[in-house]
Amino acid sequence: MLYVRLILMRLLKAVVVLFMIIIFNFFLIQMAPGDPAAILAGEAGATDEAFLRQLRERFGLDQPLYVQLWRYVSGIAMLDFGYSYRQGVPVFDLIMARMPATLLLTGTAFVLSLAMGIFAGSLAAARAKKPSGSLIMALALLFYATPLFWVALMSVVLFSVYLDLLPAYGMYTVGAGHTGLALVLDVAKHLILPATTLALFFMAIYTRMTRASMLEASQQDYVKTARAKGLKNSVIQRRHILRNALLPIITLAGLQAGQMVGGAILTETVFAWPGIGRLMYEALQQRDYNLLLGIFFFSAALVIVFNIITDLVYRLADPRIKEGS
Amino acid sequence: MTDNHTTPLLSLRHLSISLPKGADRALAVEDVSYDVYRGEILCVVGESGSGKSMAANAVMGLLPKGVRASGGEALFDGQDLLKLSEKQHRTLRGLRIGMIFQEPMTALNPLMRVGDQIAEVFEAHGRLNGRERQKKALALLTEVGIPQPDKAIRAYPFQLSGGQRQRVMIAMALALEPELLIADEPTTALDVTTQAQILELIRDLQRRRGMAVMFITHDFGVVAEVANRVCVMRHGQIVELGKAQEVLKHPRHDYTRALIEAIPSNVIPEARGAETDTALLEVVGLNKVFRSKGGLFKAAREVHALQDVSFSLVKGETIGIVGESGSGKSTLGRCVVRLERPDSGTLKLSGTDFMNLQGEALRRERHRVQMIFQDPYASLNPRHRVGYAIAQGPMASGISKAQAFAKAKELLALVGLGGTDDRYPHEFSGGQRQRIGIARALAMEPELIVADEAVSALDVSIQAQILELLEELKQKLSLSLLFITHDLRVAAQICDRIIVMQHGRIVEQGSAREVFLAPQEAYTRELLDAIPGRDQELANA
Repeated sequence: MLYVRLILMRLLKAVVVLFMIIIFNFFLIQMAPGDPAAILAGEAGATDEAFLRQLRERFGLDQPLYVQLWRYVSGIAMLDFGYSYRQGVPVFDLIMARMPATLLLTGTAFVLSLAMGIFAGSLAAARAKKPSGSLIMALALLFYATPLFWVALMSVVLFSVYLDLLPAYGMYTVGAGHTGLALVLDVAKHLILPATTLALFFMAIYTRMTRASMLEASQQDYVKTARAKGLKNSVIQRRHILRNALLPIITLAGLQAGQMVGGAILTETVFAWPGIGRLMYEALQQRDYNLLLGIFFFSAALVIVFNIITDLVYRLADPRIKEGS
Repeated sequence: MTDNHTTPLLSLRHLSISLPKGADRALAVEDVSYDVYRGEILCVVGESGSGKSMAANAVMGLLPKGVRASGGEALFDGQDLLKLSEKQHRTLRGLRIGMIFQEPMTALNPLMRVGDQIAEVFEAHGRLNGRERQKKALALLTEVGIPQPDKAIRAYPFQLSGGQRQRVMIAMALALEPELLIADEPTTALDVTTQAQILELIRDLQRRRGMAVMFITHDFGVVAEVANRVCVMRHGQIVELGKAQEVLKHPRHDYTRALIEAIPSNVIPEARGAETDTALLEVVGLNKVFRSKGGLFKAAREVHALQDVSFSLVKGETIGIVGESGSGKSTLGRCVVRLERPDSGTLKLSGTDFMNLQGEALRRERHRVQMIFQDPYASLNPRHRVGYAIAQGPMASGISKAQAFAKAKELLALVGLGGTDDRYPHEFSGGQRQRIGIARALAMEPELIVADEAVSALDVSIQAQILELLEELKQKLSLSLLFITHDLRVAAQICDRIIVMQHGRIVEQGSAREVFLAPQEAYTRELLDAIPGRDQELANA
């Protein structure tokens, strides 16, 4: 009951925030230089005024600004994001077509980085004074400091070009026509490199944070109490230290989860992954503003959704946090 | 039973514990020998840094990293604990030796239900199954006197009060009926009345189960309440060891005598009486309500921290505000220095309406009331040299840098810390830091100083020194003091008048003598009765 009320409150606030984001994005795009109609016409090789006017009329660009805004906002309320200037297809359909690929990539990277990061961090904390612990931290620092695109390119060079183990780009083997299990395996094989690349950076952050947080938690009085009970060290590590140390990780994981739609542009571009990131990149280059606005909307909505989820998870994990405080 | 009394359950023989390199001394505990017999309470008494807890930690196998037992033996029922492997030691912990700690607020895992934390003790030693463990936990909670044990078992630690948490700790330590219970300052962080209850509980359980108890404390009042025998420690060595009554009545060593004398006694100094009768601070009908913000679907909650509080303080007078946690005494102090704005009432400082001052006007007048805080560790910025910490206030009110720093030096000399203005706070002990806090308050040339639990965090002997310093400064600078404390004895030593508070209201006020020796209200009597060792003192007097 408590949670239902909380979620309702949050959703109410979320609608307001989303509305503000829509308006803000709309004006942001208006301020961008260049006339989409002129670009479209230019690419079609036509320069005559009549064709331009016709284009503007078709996309409603000839209307006053407030009319454009009203049409846009009321359209979104019915999940109508308008048409892509370039492709002449509804923006909503375009985004939905690309969404699964992106969510598969970023979701895999999210789970991977969280699991590996917490595992490596606990290991490093348990071996804080041993060489193996230092090695984990050195690796984490390396991944933290190395630019993502470089890791991506180098892994392609190593695993695809030299070792020829994994495909270098794409989501499927083109023309193979796999179905069923074969298709799943094919996609999984294509997924390994981009997902790992995307996961490394956050994995490094989780590793460092888990270690620091666990070392701090292990100094707490309740750990001494647990030892005074005669509990085994492994039980103390897991039940008393790790559980308390995970609280700050939840906050960070929420931040990462919010970037699941918009955060993979670089990786998707390097690995030619057919996701939202690449769609956005193309839309930017082609000044496909309607499409761009649609993508902005979806990434903002996802950030808000994951914020709410993070709050709920935090409440479940820490009984001290009460509603409203 | 008599048989048990001849062979000790725990016997420390020439135990030495070495500290890591770079510590202020090489050995935390040096050549210490004492015995704990079945069915007795041995109090190990000492001030902070005396090494009194170290021996207990060695017995538990819980020495901090870098600290290790370097000599002697600790025989528990015949076997040397220092020679045990970690695994062997673990099987003793919780099963045959139980331990409770000082800080009930932090000693329980905040994310686990109380019942589960108690059940863990059985789990650690492979006893019982899940449901039986919960049943046993409930029985234990009932035994240690937690109200509504069936609800408490499902509660998280933050939902319990300090005293209740300490009861949970005791339930945990006693779960497997250990032969030896080590209690490390278990009541230091609690209110007097709660302290009295917990002491009673420990004494009661000890008698019922015939346990041996090693009770570590800094408070001779507590010793008088519970101890059969006493071991007094200083700088890692035993100063005096003997029967409690003998040590208390006829201490042989000077240090023991000093410790016992440092406890504020029932002898109340004669009130000097105020020099003038002009009221410096006039408080009339002060109210303060704290509201937790309600949401759209949630009712707001109100706590009445101050209800119709009225009193006045004459120039040169010291008033003690006494109460337990939650009594509103600190809120009152914060209202007087205007860190908090009262909801209604009047607050006048020598005629000025101090309550309705705002913004710049308030900032200009702030120097007239200064505060000394409870925690000398947290109230000084660790990155500022103490000279700067003291000079900061005067500089903010427009005094030149050179003048302010010169004055800081003078004030440090005044509080007995001359020539230390270029040092950082971590280079000082707790008592010295409190002196710095006093110098900082004095730098603003206040008319009134509010001291909020200013000596509560200090050892008794240091406490006595700080009280002396305050008294001396008060005479020299003709200061007025509002002294907020939970400790009636301390208040009686330094205050001319005492105000007793409960639930945001003034319960009783009068001269220190009247309140301390002839209390009118039941609550005041209850507070006085709860002071450990008071019967002892009255008998001696």
